[in-house]
Amino acid sequence: MVKADIVHSIELKLGLSHEEAGAQVEQILEIIKSTLRQGEPVLISGFGQWKVRGKSSRIGRNPKTKEVHEISPRRVVTFYPSNVWRGEISKLNP
Amino acid sequence: MNKSQLIDQLALTTHQTNKVSEQAVNIFFESIKKALSARDRVEIRGFGSFTLKEYNAYTGRNPKTGEKVYVPRKELPFFRAGKDLRLQVNDGDEEPPQK
Repeated sequence: MVKADIVHSIELKLGLSHEEAGAQVEQILEIIKSTLRQGEPVLISGFGQWKVRGKSSRIGRNPKTKEVHEISPRRVVTFYPSNVWRGEISKLNP
Repeated sequence: MNKSQLIDQLALTTHQTNKVSEQAVNIFFESIKKALSARDRVEIRGFGSFTLKEYNAYTGRNPKTGEKVYVPRKELPFFRAGKDLRLQVNDGDEEPPQK
């Protein structure tokens, strides 16, 4: 599934034009991204939570050349699925 | 930020009613959940992708009591941030490839 499929569902279910439905999806993504950019978590109940974590610097090596260099401290996004969603997934047939 | 704040801000920036934005937000997250339940993968360019990730069974320990606990094989939704999101959150600096 890709973004266009979500836009299409919103179009059909809400009777919005393609442009209006597209704007809803683009803005949802933009609002989530800009919140995370500010280091703030995004919590969607029943779905999960995105958090921004800091990682301290560490020594890495290029696996090909074995060259050693320092990886700078950085901020990364981590997603934690909600317990509700975990429960739903655990009921799927393997 | 929580869901109702997202809905409010969405209505504001898209000039739609709160009701429309609320439904759009619900369809957005429900679609992702439905796709993963159907074992489909969801890829949203510039944002990230959702997949089901399988975790093998293992014997863990209750850190408080030291008691052994068997944890069966499980699957969980997994999100990997897309390039644009990774860069934005880390002020434009890309982590060197790890493979």
